[in-house]
Amino acid sequence: MTPYAWTWVAIVGAGAAMWLIKAVGHRVPEHALDNPRLVRIAALVTVSLLTALAALQTLTVGKGLEVDARVPALAVAAVLLWRKAPFIVVVAVAAGVAAGLRALGWG
Amino acid sequence: MAVLGARLTPARQQALSVSIATGAYALSFGALSVAAGLDLWQTSALSLLVFSGGSQFAFVGVIGAGGIPAVAAATSTFLGIRNGFYGVALAPVLRPWHGWRSWWGTQVTIDESTAVAIAQPEHDAEARRAGFWWTGVGVYVLWNAITILGALVGQRVGDPSAWGLDAAAAAAFLGLVWPRLADRRALAVAAVASVIALALTPFAPVGVPIMVAAVVAVAAGWPTPRAGTTAAAPKENS
Repeated sequence: MTPYAWTWVAIVGAGAAMWLIKAVGHRVPEHALDNPRLVRIAALVTVSLLTALAALQTLTVGKGLEVDARVPALAVAAVLLWRKAPFIVVVAVAAGVAAGLRALGWG
Repeated sequence: MAVLGARLTPARQQALSVSIATGAYALSFGALSVAAGLDLWQTSALSLLVFSGGSQFAFVGVIGAGGIPAVAAATSTFLGIRNGFYGVALAPVLRPWHGWRSWWGTQVTIDESTAVAIAQPEHDAEARRAGFWWTGVGVYVLWNAITILGALVGQRVGDPSAWGLDAAAAAAFLGLVWPRLADRRALAVAAVASVIALALTPFAPVGVPIMVAAVVAVAAGWPTPRAGTTAAAPKENS
C-alpha cells in the first residue's frame, strides 16, 4: 500500500478507536470507575501528553531543538491564560505574536 | 444578541458561545493538517470521525514531523482516553438512551459538551441534557464546517508559520491543559514529561517522545498517595 493509503487506514482506525473509547465510558457500570488509581492515572496522562505536545510544538523542528518566534508567543499565551483570557483569544494572540515577530524578521 | 438572549435558556447560550469559540479553532486545525501533508478529504475525515481537537492536532503533528501513520493513530488514541471518562460523568444526565441517540451522543461526548452539561444546576436535569446536546451538536457542525474552510484557506496561504499557526497550535495545547495544572503533582508530571520528551527528540524515533510522556504519567499516578500501604499491591479492591 502507498503511504497515502496507510494514512487513510490510520484516520479510520483512529476514528473507530475514539468512538469505542467514548462508548466504553458510557456503558461502564459506575462502580467500576471507583478505582482511584485508574482515575488518577487518566487525569495525569492527559496532563503529560498535552504539556509534552505543547513543549514539542514550541521548541522542535523535525528532530532538532530550536528557539524561535514560537517561544515568546507561548510566553504571551501563558500570561493570557493566567489572566483568564478566553481560549480563542489566547490562540489568536499567540498566532499574532509569532506572525508579527517573523514579519519583523526574527524567528 | 438581545433577541437570542431573550429566547435562549442559559444552557443554550453557553452552548452557542462555546460552539463558536471552539469551532473557530478548527480553522487552524484545517490549515495545519494541510500543511502537514494531508489532503482536504483526509483533513475532513479526521474532524468527522475522530472529533477530538487535541487528538486531531496530535495526529497531524506526528505526520507533519515525518512520523508513520500508525504512530499518529496511536498518539491520537492515547490523547483521547480522557473522553472515556466523560460518559461515566454524564450517565446520570443522559441515561437511559437508546438507538440513534446513543450512537450520536457517543460521538459528541467531548470536553466541551461534558463541561457545559456539568456546569448546569445539579437539580435541573433538563438544562444539563440541553447543555450536552446543544454543545455537542453545535461544536460538531461548526468544527467540521470550519475545518474545511481552514483546509481550503490553508492551501492558499502558503507557509503556515508565517501566520503563526505553529504557535497557535502550541498555545491551544497549553490552553487545553491549563485548567488541569492546578495541583503540584500535575505540575511536576507536566514538567518532567516535557523535559524528557524534548531530550529524547533528537535521538528517539518520531512519536516515541510523546509515548514516553504517557509513561511518566502512569509512573506518577501508580503509587497511592498518603494512606496507601503498598504501591506494589496487585489489586485495589472495594
